Amino acid sequence: MGKITIGAFPGLVGSLSLDFAVKLSEAAVKKGHSVDFWVSSNGTMLSKKGQRAFKDYSVLYKTLEELFKTGRFQACACEACAEARGYHKEDTMDGWIRKSMDWYLASCYNADRVLLIGGE
Amino acid sequence: MIKKIAFIIRSLPYKTEASRLAMTHAIASQTVEIYLEDGQNVEPIVALVGDGVMNGLKSQSAKCYGVSTLEQHTKNGLLLDLPIMYCKEDVERLGLTEDSLIMDADDLGGDMKARIVPMSEINAALATATHLQIF
Repeated sequence: MGKITIGAFPGLVGSLSLDFAVKLSEAAVKKGHSVDFWVSSNGTMLSKKGQRAFKDYSVLYKTLEELFKTGRFQACACEACAEARGYHKEDTMDGWIRKSMDWYLASCYNADRVLLIGGE
Repeated sequence: MIKKIAFIIRSLPYKTEASRLAMTHAIASQTVEIYLEDGQNVEPIVALVGDGVMNGLKSQSAKCYGVSTLEQHTKNGLLLDLPIMYCKEDVERLGLTEDSLIMDADDLGGDMKARIVPMSEINAALATATHLQIF
């Protein structure tokens, strides 16, 4: 099976691009592929722990928790982007890693496919 | 083995963070080796196309928002020997000239020069890349 690296930049609220990226990750993992999921910019909001589910807003943390359990899904938040937004290490949801942008490029190096979603 | 990753920047240097992200990700290639095996590396290609050529404008001011400008990022990219290409057709379409664009980082001690090239040449460069990232 293949490895897919997904980069996503939009925020959790205000765009459905992250929803799409997570759904795509879920579909890929279910098919047996492995996924590296990188968020930077406002996308780092996805790594924030303590999110609550409301019907009118995207609820992605539950899907992420399930994806982490598979062992075929890694999620990494841009550390500088997160810190700039006040999301510190202690604010980060379990399962996430925080690195600088070179982590993403290294993941791209080893990926069979790279998708940059919501880079607009 | 070296793999090329192309960063195609179409976004304006204002109103969006996209072009800034493109440049910072491209510049991050300088330290990617720490995650890779011996002999592996990433070589970025930066192509400024469409409105994205505006990112290389000279005399951008950081005063208003107090954050770095895309002019600085372009220079930093050249200082780090990133190949930066401007689309000739878009430069001309927007009434820009070589004099109005960042073409080098001489003042920082850089050797690399940016180039204004036809889109056909950019397409040829992109064809050599393993992965494309469009911002």
